[in-house]
Amino acid sequence: MYNFEVERPTSVSNAVAALGRDEAQPLSGGQTLIPTLKARLAAPSVLVSLTGIEDMKGVRMEGDKLCIGGATTHATVMREAEAHYPGLASLAARIGDPAVRNRGTIGGSLANNDPSACYPAGALGSGATIVTNNREIAADDYFMGMFETALEEDEIVTEVKFPVPDAARYEKFIQPASRFPLVAAFVARFSDGVRVAITGASENGVFRWTEAEEALNGNFGADAVKGLSVSADGMIGDLHGSSAYRAHLVGVMTQRAVASIA
Amino acid sequence: MPKDGGIGASSKRREDVRFLTGAGNYTDDINIRGQAHVFFLRSDVAHGTLNNVDTSEAEGMPGVVRIFTGADFEAVGSIPCGWQVTDRHGDPMQEPRHPVLAHGKVRHVGEPIAAVVAETLGQARDAAEAIVVEIDELPAVIDMKEAVKDGAPKVHDDLTSNLCYDWGFVEENKDAVNKAFDDAAHVTTLELVNNRLVANPMEPRVAVGDYSRSDDQHTLYTTSQNPHVIRLLMGAFVLGIPEHKLRVVAPDVGGGFGTKIFHYQEEAFCTFAAKACNRPVKWTSSRSEAFISDAHGRDHVTKIELALDGDNNFTAIRTDTYANMGAYLSTFAPSVPTWLHGTLMAGNYKTPLIYVNVKAVFTNTVPVDAYRGAGRPEATYQLERLVDKAAHELGVDPMELRRQNFITEFPYATPVAVEYDTGDYNATLDKLIEISDKAGFEARRKESEAKGKLRGFGMNCYIEACGIAPSNLVGQLGARAGLYESATVRVNATGGLVVMTGSHSHGQGHETTFSQVVAEMIGIDESMVDIVHGDTAKVPMGMGTYGSRSIAVGGSAMVRATEKIIAKAKKIASHLLEASESDIELKDGAFSVAGTDKSVAWGDVTLAAYVPHNYPLEDIEPGLEETAFYDPSNFTYPSGAYACEVELDPDTGHVTIERFAAADDFGNVINPMIVTGQVHGGLAQGIGQALMENCAYDSDGQLLSASYMDYAMPRASDLPFYSVDHSCQTPCTHNPLGVKGCGEAGAIGSPPAVVNAVLDAMRSGGKDVGHIDMPVTPARVWAAMHGAEANAARVGAVGSNAKPQPE
Ligand SMILES: Cc1cc2nc3c(=O)[nH]c(=O)nc-3n(C[C@H](O)[C@H](O)[C@H](O)COP(=O)(O)OP(=O)(O)OC[C@H]3O[C@@H](n4cnc5c(N)ncnc54)[C@H](O)[C@@H]3O)c2cc1C
Repeated sequence: MYNFEVERPTSVSNAVAALGRDEAQPLSGGQTLIPTLKARLAAPSVLVSLTGIEDMKGVRMEGDKLCIGGATTHATVMREAEAHYPGLASLAARIGDPAVRNRGTIGGSLANNDPSACYPAGALGSGATIVTNNREIAADDYFMGMFETALEEDEIVTEVKFPVPDAARYEKFIQPASRFPLVAAFVARFSDGVRVAITGASENGVFRWTEAEEALNGNFGADAVKGLSVSADGMIGDLHGSSAYRAHLVGVMTQRAVASIA
Repeated sequence: MPKDGGIGASSKRREDVRFLTGAGNYTDDINIRGQAHVFFLRSDVAHGTLNNVDTSEAEGMPGVVRIFTGADFEAVGSIPCGWQVTDRHGDPMQEPRHPVLAHGKVRHVGEPIAAVVAETLGQARDAAEAIVVEIDELPAVIDMKEAVKDGAPKVHDDLTSNLCYDWGFVEENKDAVNKAFDDAAHVTTLELVNNRLVANPMEPRVAVGDYSRSDDQHTLYTTSQNPHVIRLLMGAFVLGIPEHKLRVVAPDVGGGFGTKIFHYQEEAFCTFAAKACNRPVKWTSSRSEAFISDAHGRDHVTKIELALDGDNNFTAIRTDTYANMGAYLSTFAPSVPTWLHGTLMAGNYKTPLIYVNVKAVFTNTVPVDAYRGAGRPEATYQLERLVDKAAHELGVDPMELRRQNFITEFPYATPVAVEYDTGDYNATLDKLIEISDKAGFEARRKESEAKGKLRGFGMNCYIEACGIAPSNLVGQLGARAGLYESATVRVNATGGLVVMTGSHSHGQGHETTFSQVVAEMIGIDESMVDIVHGDTAKVPMGMGTYGSRSIAVGGSAMVRATEKIIAKAKKIASHLLEASESDIELKDGAFSVAGTDKSVAWGDVTLAAYVPHNYPLEDIEPGLEETAFYDPSNFTYPSGAYACEVELDPDTGHVTIERFAAADDFGNVINPMIVTGQVHGGLAQGIGQALMENCAYDSDGQLLSASYMDYAMPRASDLPFYSVDHSCQTPCTHNPLGVKGCGEAGAIGSPPAVVNAVLDAMRSGGKDVGHIDMPVTPARVWAAMHGAEANAARVGAVGSNAKPQPE
């Protein structure tokens, strides 16, 4: 690690002000950023900790939307979203291990947009809205590719608003070493349509599998997606699986998610 | 009735109190006043000419004490290799120089180029970033078969090629073996990869060098399995420090698994730098550094063939193995694919003719050396996969084919130079059938199938050789060390005693087991015995712990020393009791005169030895302290049979281990609980190798699995509750305790059972792929079942991209 200063604002506006300092970067749960700093792969001079901002923490219903503060830990979502949106709570419950879940946050995960992260699938699959300190961004416009998002410099994710589907299921097939998804599918069934989001698979990060959505809109059952396949082109191929294998798992995970809620 | 102490009792591990309550004293816990920290700048390219290392800017950075480069070590010896293998033609292996810091060339990612000693680790690291290294990259050799081709880039320019040695064993049998293949009724052939592994002990390596100007005394604290070996190798061959001026201490060590046997550059560096800087110098490996600097394990690519006659009797075995040495020869690397591997190729079977060829190859990768089992897992895996394949080709029961070919008479001289003293392979196989509930398998398979899963049963037998010995024989085979063990038993005046053993415990529980033996022999409570190890200033010259040798060799030395103590104590007792020495009996910690009620307690005798007022001073010396060195006459040969049951998800290729049974014959068992624990740990590592662990390089020599993000370690949730049994006991015939050794069996015996089970599951799904390489990851299983490619990355060295081999 290189030396850095730490700011601990207690309000979003102070955080934004602090981020105006030279080479400042937000720090949330630190489960991605701290290992990066330890490996000396990043060198911010100021870390602006978001975890002291009470407004950015907690899980609550606002109308028919589930609102989760950007600095809310995976463990909190796992416990507190259960009553409102069990499909999402179950996604949070399977991120990392207890130590990771007790620190890692939804805002950090969505800001980072790791192509193998879980929350991007939950947010895109739910059609969530990402709320920042100065605007609201629809999930469909937010994820821009591997580690790329619509966030501007110094913009922070303050909250995420989830429409609550009638049923949803996250099917995660783990990469044996990291236990991040090798491929995972989030399927949400709303009264007005089905959304399918896939993480882990594509070189462009999380994506909606529209072909499956269309098939499921016609007939919500595992059989509807059985014949479908995604192309291996553009899928990640690495030590843990070829692009063909990942493409295959997209189908399997989607079918399983559908089967469990059909 | 379980005993509550002594030999055969499951005494609780006394060392765990300190380990589990944070009271352990590990090397990283050692901080010496005035200590400076070292950071090694390591090569990030696999192969290149090292043109210049410019430290000028870094020298002036805050906190820098001194910066060292390869040039500072030109007058220092090469990191030595402890075993010289002679090749098929009678020539010695090619042995390259192994510098402390790279000089002239870098040969693997992770090789240290420069070392910064600074006040803090952060300052050392900052300064290291300011060092300017000029490297002209050269093409890397990663794939072993490519490396030995004519014209391949050479890892060492001064060697004739990348071939370290071409070993034939037994060379004289070669023609007879080939003839047996010509005459065979059936030949089964198998090509396989034994995947490269990273040992990953929980505690990374640490070295602290200290130097005292007042008495010209060097001390090295290090995470070692054998401090005397380090003292000898480093003192005599690298730094030229006589042993009386060099103390090596290996305090609590958090797991070794072989990778802490070897003498490493960092140890020599810290010892050297402590004097050069006149300050204690400390290095603690990060986990990332461990991946690229700890010696790796396994990494063999083999073709093996079995010849059978018309009655399915094995008539010959022929093997052709490429063994990766990495860029340099680690301490015992040459011995692993040869004497620890070729000698085991008979396995449990009476195959009359065997020929083993091993080509050891230099590549631009981290050195490879012994890892839990060392050579024996490679032999077992080949043989037990091969026999299973033969059974399927011939349409016979794999268990029965094994049974038919079992060695049943002992002692048995194999055609590969070793003589098994005892064993009962039918007994462990029968026990396995019982504890694995083989009879219930078909019903369990139906249950799995009802869930859409495939279920497979796989088994294997194994034989291994522990307690490597005897010294005069291993000397002929090329060992540059003796392989005896030492023990000093020091009895105190009030009867408590300390055993100083040359064995080293790094998690095995020696303090408990060894105390049980001595307590039993004297008839005192275990709490009266303390075990000291790991300090060359305290312990007589001993060879340390590896190859499951501690109880068989170290325990035997301890028994011999204790026998000497008892013999002398009897003399003292006979004097105190005014009886003839031949009438004195020792029982339950008291000496008595046979046939009388006269007796004297252990504590009275020990007191008399140190307060010799009423003492036969004219016949014997005062004091009660004895040393013994024990050199075994043979290896010991633990054996057993293992069975694995897997469930396979045909949609994803995911395999889960549902049941695992291990029936071992370890001879006599001192502490059954500790032995069970050793088997559990070994199984976890063997299953880890079979299912998930994979150290993979790309063709440029970059390590793809360089952290836990990509190197999969088994976790508790990946493993079933094991059925472990060691009630089949054929005691070793040549050591005093009748013990064989249990530390590596689990890792040796388990991989073939797992792979055999996976193949069985695939067959039950209508897919007979013949063979699948480890690790049997979901991607590979899926690819094998669909004839597709499993991984995208090209990883030649370790065959990680190995495709299934359809028949
Ligand atoms: C062992 C381990 C296992 C894991 N397993 C999984 C897994 O299975 N699935 C999974 O999805 N993830 C996994 N993770 C990642 C984990 O979920 C992280 O917590 C998450 O990816 C990042 O969240 P964080 O709060 O820790 O962010 P930090 O590490 O603090 O920050 C990450 C990045 O986001 C920025 N940032 C943080 N918060 C905000 C914000 N509110 N607005 C804007 N930018 C922000 C930071 O500047 C930084 O660049 C694992 C991590 C570890 C260490």
